[in-house]
Amino acid sequence: MLIQIKDLTKTYQRHNGAINAVDSLSFDIDKGSFITITGPSGSGKTTLLLIIGGLLRPTSGRMIYGGNELNLDSDEEMAIFRSNHIGFVMQSFALVPYLTAVENIMIALNVKNKNKAENRNRAIELLKWVGLDDRTTHYPRELSAGQQQRVAIARALANSPDLLLADEPTGNLDPGLSREILSILSKINKEQKTTIVMVTHSPVAAEYGDVKIHLQEGKLLGHSIMKKVFVS
Amino acid sequence: MRLTDLTLKELWHRKSQLLSGLLAITLGIGVIVGIRSISIVSEKAVSVNLDNLGANILILPQAASVDNYYAADIDAPTFPEEYVEKIVTSTLPGVDNLSPKLTRRIKLGNESVVLTGILPKSEIASKPIWQQGGLKAEQLIASCAPSKTPKKYLDAKLQRKGIDTLANNDCYIGYSIAQRLNLSEGSTLTLQNKEFKVTKILPETGTVDDDRVFANLHEVQSLLGTGEQISAIEIMGCCNEITDGLLGKMRNVLPDTRITTIGQIVSTQIKTNQLMNKLSLVFLIIIVFVGGISIGNYIWANVNERRKEIGILRMIGYQKRHIYNILILKAMIMGLTGGIAGYIIGTVAAVWLGPQFAGISVSPLYILLPVSIAIAIIISVTGSVIPAYMAGKIESFSNMQED
Ligand SMILES: Nc1ncnc2c1ncn2[C@@H]1O[C@H](COP(=O)(O)OP(=O)(O)O)[C@@H](O)[C@H]1O
Ligand SMILES: [Mg+2]
Repeated sequence: MLIQIKDLTKTYQRHNGAINAVDSLSFDIDKGSFITITGPSGSGKTTLLLIIGGLLRPTSGRMIYGGNELNLDSDEEMAIFRSNHIGFVMQSFALVPYLTAVENIMIALNVKNKNKAENRNRAIELLKWVGLDDRTTHYPRELSAGQQQRVAIARALANSPDLLLADEPTGNLDPGLSREILSILSKINKEQKTTIVMVTHSPVAAEYGDVKIHLQEGKLLGHSIMKKVFVS
Repeated sequence: MRLTDLTLKELWHRKSQLLSGLLAITLGIGVIVGIRSISIVSEKAVSVNLDNLGANILILPQAASVDNYYAADIDAPTFPEEYVEKIVTSTLPGVDNLSPKLTRRIKLGNESVVLTGILPKSEIASKPIWQQGGLKAEQLIASCAPSKTPKKYLDAKLQRKGIDTLANNDCYIGYSIAQRLNLSEGSTLTLQNKEFKVTKILPETGTVDDDRVFANLHEVQSLLGTGEQISAIEIMGCCNEITDGLLGKMRNVLPDTRITTIGQIVSTQIKTNQLMNKLSLVFLIIIVFVGGISIGNYIWANVNERRKEIGILRMIGYQKRHIYNILILKAMIMGLTGGIAGYIIGTVAAVWLGPQFAGISVSPLYILLPVSIAIAIIISVTGSVIPAYMAGKIESFSNMQED
């Protein structure tokens, strides 16, 4: 068991009243699993992913990582948790525009290791792994969407995370490129044993998961499991 | 890729905006450096003038201004030479080294020079800088002891006797005249149709004296046809006596003259300097506010523009303090740049404008460089604290969502 999620709720106050973007969700993330989360737009998928990654503070609920309760209120603790255990891949790639491919990966490595030369070598190695070793000094604008997403994946893997969180990673890509990215994610899951939670609204992409979670209005609607059951 | 590298790359990426962010602080520092460079040189010039003058009391004709005296125009007013004796015989304590002078601007070839008639010993004794140049005079020590003073000047004739040692056809010339007319000691020159031998070229003083030809007072009087008239008496007065009202007592002796202290003459300059210093203080306060606010404003705009980037950094594990560091580092680099640029602009302006507006040549003051940098960094960092703090509050997720 990697992470236990217990009674997570995120309430947003809006001018027309409060809404629970995530509503008393409980489930477990098993080590090595590939979880896909589907659901209509506005069902709370992104909100849930951001909470798991420690980027968003839930209104209530708990998270237990490797048997230890995480202090979701501590900004610093969650930042350290992120840099040690979490990798993010976003729909919009989230690359820094004025840094080259290799530099975008190096800034992630710099959080934990200040040795520039080591970081550069590791970054190049990662780019090689996603098949971009000939694009190391290119800026994001000089890369295609698929290439940008591969840089983002390489960066997400930089600090060898236990958990890779992907929010619609193929949302901006055509079907061909989507398949490429999905197969890379699948390879990460299988070869590196990295746990993956991927939000998608594409049924094809959802098929890559061995656990499929379906959300509606912040609630768990369906939970189909191919290998194991993790409902609490 | 360290935070410094990231900051530098970002600065370079948005370099055009940087210019406007730096404008206020650069100009502000520039103005302060400019004012300080000029006023420090001018303060030095004042103290050099004070030291070189030696004499500190000036007796002028009633109608003359100090400017008249220095300009030595043809029609500059004069007064009778016997006034010297009036002062001497009054036995006022605290008066030493009376030095009567007659000055006129005349043509020497194509050059305009100030012909100055002097009674040499007293002239020399009251000019410390000439003594440094190797001219020895029978030292007349300014003595303020009341018991000695009356005795010393009781016999006016005795006082006057030993003075007249500059031969009638000898002259001393100022340093820059010697340069311009290519004269050396022993050469001759013609003043008002009379030949003079250059007995001495005076060392450079940086004052009007460098443009003067000094000859025997009585010879000059007859050359200019003024009779026994003089333009001024320079006096070395004792400071204590001056504060005890020496000037007033002298005015009683010579009611139809203007008696001023050199202090009053330079005090105008000192006042200007004080004004400049106050002005630079005002500027300092203005740039602290304007520069600080403008950099703060720039950083704030930068933070807003970088919300997404900051979100990305937070996403990959950077803590709030890293975000502060990036922004404060940026502010420091901007302060450094603004400080250096301001120093250069201010120094160049002072060196260029100093001679034109203040009549003094200004050389760069290197000590102002670290001071400028320190001030600029403090201002820009202070101005950036609040925007940086706000940036730490930016939550990553709000920038990641596309829909
Ligand atoms: N910062 C926010 N403030 C207010 N409401 C928000 C905010 N972020 C998301 N929401 C709302 O929460 C709900 C879930 O959003 P989200 O998690 O983005 O859904 P999804 O990713 O499934 O499309 C939506 O109704 C959305 O409008
Ligand atoms: Mg979403």
